[in-house]
Amino acid sequence: MHPAYSVILFTSLSGAGYGLLGLLGLTAGTTTSLPGPGTLIAAFLLAFLLITGGLLASTFHLGHPERAWRALSQWRSSWLSREGVLALATYPPALIFAWLAITDHDGGLLRVLGLVTAFLCAITVVATAMIYASLATIRQWHQPLVVPVYLAFALASGATLLLGFAVLGGQMQPGHLILAGGTLVLALLLKTLYWRAIDQEPLDLDMGKATGLGHLGRVRQWEGAHTAENFVQQEMGYRIGRRHAGKLRRLITFGLALALLCVLLTAVLPGSLGAFGVLLALAFTLAATLVERWLFFAEAQHVVTLYYGAERA
Amino acid sequence: MTSLPDTSAAGQKKLGLVIDLDTCVGCQACAVSCKEWNDQGMSAPLSDRDPHGADPLGVWLNRVHGYEAGEGAEAQGVYFPRSCLHCEDAACVTVCPTGASYKRAEDGIVLVDPDTCIGCKLCSWACPYGAREYDQDQGVMKKCTLCVDRIYNDNLQPEDRVPACVKACPTGARHFGDLGDPDSAVSRLVDEREGYGLLPELGYKPVNKYLPPRRRDAAAAPPSLASLAGEGDGLTERFFRWADRVLSR
Repeated sequence: MHPAYSVILFTSLSGAGYGLLGLLGLTAGTTTSLPGPGTLIAAFLLAFLLITGGLLASTFHLGHPERAWRALSQWRSSWLSREGVLALATYPPALIFAWLAITDHDGGLLRVLGLVTAFLCAITVVATAMIYASLATIRQWHQPLVVPVYLAFALASGATLLLGFAVLGGQMQPGHLILAGGTLVLALLLKTLYWRAIDQEPLDLDMGKATGLGHLGRVRQWEGAHTAENFVQQEMGYRIGRRHAGKLRRLITFGLALALLCVLLTAVLPGSLGAFGVLLALAFTLAATLVERWLFFAEAQHVVTLYYGAERA
Repeated sequence: MTSLPDTSAAGQKKLGLVIDLDTCVGCQACAVSCKEWNDQGMSAPLSDRDPHGADPLGVWLNRVHGYEAGEGAEAQGVYFPRSCLHCEDAACVTVCPTGASYKRAEDGIVLVDPDTCIGCKLCSWACPYGAREYDQDQGVMKKCTLCVDRIYNDNLQPEDRVPACVKACPTGARHFGDLGDPDSAVSRLVDEREGYGLLPELGYKPVNKYLPPRRRDAAAAPPSLASLAGEGDGLTERFFRWADRVLSR
């Protein structure tokens, strides 16, 4: 599948934003250890910036961005529509929750709104992942692990951001380190399991099945339908990712492992060195997430490639 | 509304095409007449980029592939026209976030409303058959309309009220009709010739059907080349076998 940069930015950035916002909500809902107001303002600002920036980026690849509001109408059948509705529905409780948290409001309402915000963040990320996971035409996306992987990467990037704010605000607690380290390990584990799943699944569709001509013998393309590339080939026939999948997977694994190492260093390094460690951890997490998202698109093979000469899908 | 209409009732109209792979000669007349009709009718503009240049890119709603099946003397060339199959379980419709993509309850035709399509291209991802092509100039998705602006068009002569591709086919390889009616000509054709839908594994239940190429008669197979020397015991055969041995040294 052709990896559209707007969609890669959208899913990674808004994922990180929802991860951070959701973890702030969860912290407020279950503990009394939210960071101080100054740090909170910065954290909420960045979370809303990432979410809003990501959502805006997702409209860049549309043919008619000015009609994007129409996408809120078909939530009964379309995961893309549900994602839009949930993304918008997250704003009101999240904004009130942020206001209460920053103004140091400490009460039941803050806890409830924190949990509601965390829940909405989580199901918005689930809806994003379901846009892809619901497509039976793309084997590498139509997988039970796609939703957990999206959630894990949102959590890992959100937790690393939260750790960053805690360290820079001088309010780091062991919980922040455990959360960042744990979610990075979770993301790496789930992604590794995902790769194993898509590699082990047999490619049981071939050109004979796609054309229904298999009963005549082996089927191969003999004459293309057109002499220049068409939209279908450009959008669905992207192959570069599959060619380099092995290297890119190692790169993602390496990036997440380095991020984890930097989180561990942050735990033991004092003061400003710790801040340096957490910034490095952030950079590695973000880079690994972007490459992961790019590869998610680029190594996915669409069934329609069978009509255009692919032997199996 | 991108939820699918209930089409389970008996006698539900399911308009579609039946394509005979045995008689299609790959002349591309259907593809060209489709382009010609639809770049002027309700699908207009069916835009082309750089049409006469080095890197043309254009929207066509019908594509004719050529495949080869089988090995050696048994191999057979098959031309394979590919366009929207107007699936009963059309995932391209249900994934649409705006309601621009819809399936008509009255005849099962799958259409796109160009005034509400946002050009997100998700429907093209959901289609296993590559039936949808994006119009770069108009920023919306295009697809086969089953020539909905021909088949109900009172301004045309009754015999012209069929899709442009069907009208254009010189070998009669394309048939149009109601596949929901078991007694229609197209349904009978599917029964007689064991017509099939594409990729039943995926469960989209395409309405369009393909008629498989007929098996070639053994008698129609080209004779094998006679060997140079022959197999008899006559003087000529022995002479040529000797000549074959000498010349093969």
